[in-house]
Amino acid sequence: MDSLIQISSGFFLLVGSFLCVSGGVGILRFPDFYTRMHAVGVTETLATAMILIGLILHNPDFLVDIKLLLILLMTLFISPSASHALANAAMRNEMLKSNENKTDSDEVKPSNL
Amino acid sequence: MLIAATIAIFVVMIMAVARGVLGPTLYDRVLAVNMFGTKTVLLISLLGFVMGRPEFLDIAIVYALINFISVIGVLRYSDNFMLKRNGQKKN
Repeated sequence: MDSLIQISSGFFLLVGSFLCVSGGVGILRFPDFYTRMHAVGVTETLATAMILIGLILHNPDFLVDIKLLLILLMTLFISPSASHALANAAMRNEMLKSNENKTDSDEVKPSNL
Repeated sequence: MLIAATIAIFVVMIMAVARGVLGPTLYDRVLAVNMFGTKTVLLISLLGFVMGRPEFLDIAIVYALINFISVIGVLRYSDNFMLKRNGQKKN
């Protein structure tokens, strides 16, 4: 039972590391800002959750598990809202102009962030 | 496996710094800073277990909150800055 828990912890850590590295390659290699945001969004929710679940399975202490669960919950709330604010600000200001989808006569909407 | 995950996160942090230096626009840099902060939280948690001192998790919690506040602050500042520059360009 104990070795099974250790093996599953190692599996979660390995999958999380693979997702992190693939997101890092994505942020370097993708051509556009929004595609880079897609790669970063994969690493920020799924890979973080995988690594933190691996750490939760790794140690038996109860208080440390509660702290890791708190970090996991906080990351799952914080990083999608930060990504949403980033995409909102980028779309509102000038990122669509660089894609030639928007002309100079379009109005810039005021911010309600 | 803990050490392998730590090395992988180091490599990803170097990639995020490279994108932050190379990034053509401001938002690429903000995206790289956000990714770097999230990976720093993971790195602090993993290093706490590698070194055998899980008290580092408190620092990781505080770092997650500071990272979110800094990203939102920079985005709000860039919003005002871009609006002002676009208004000047229009006039």
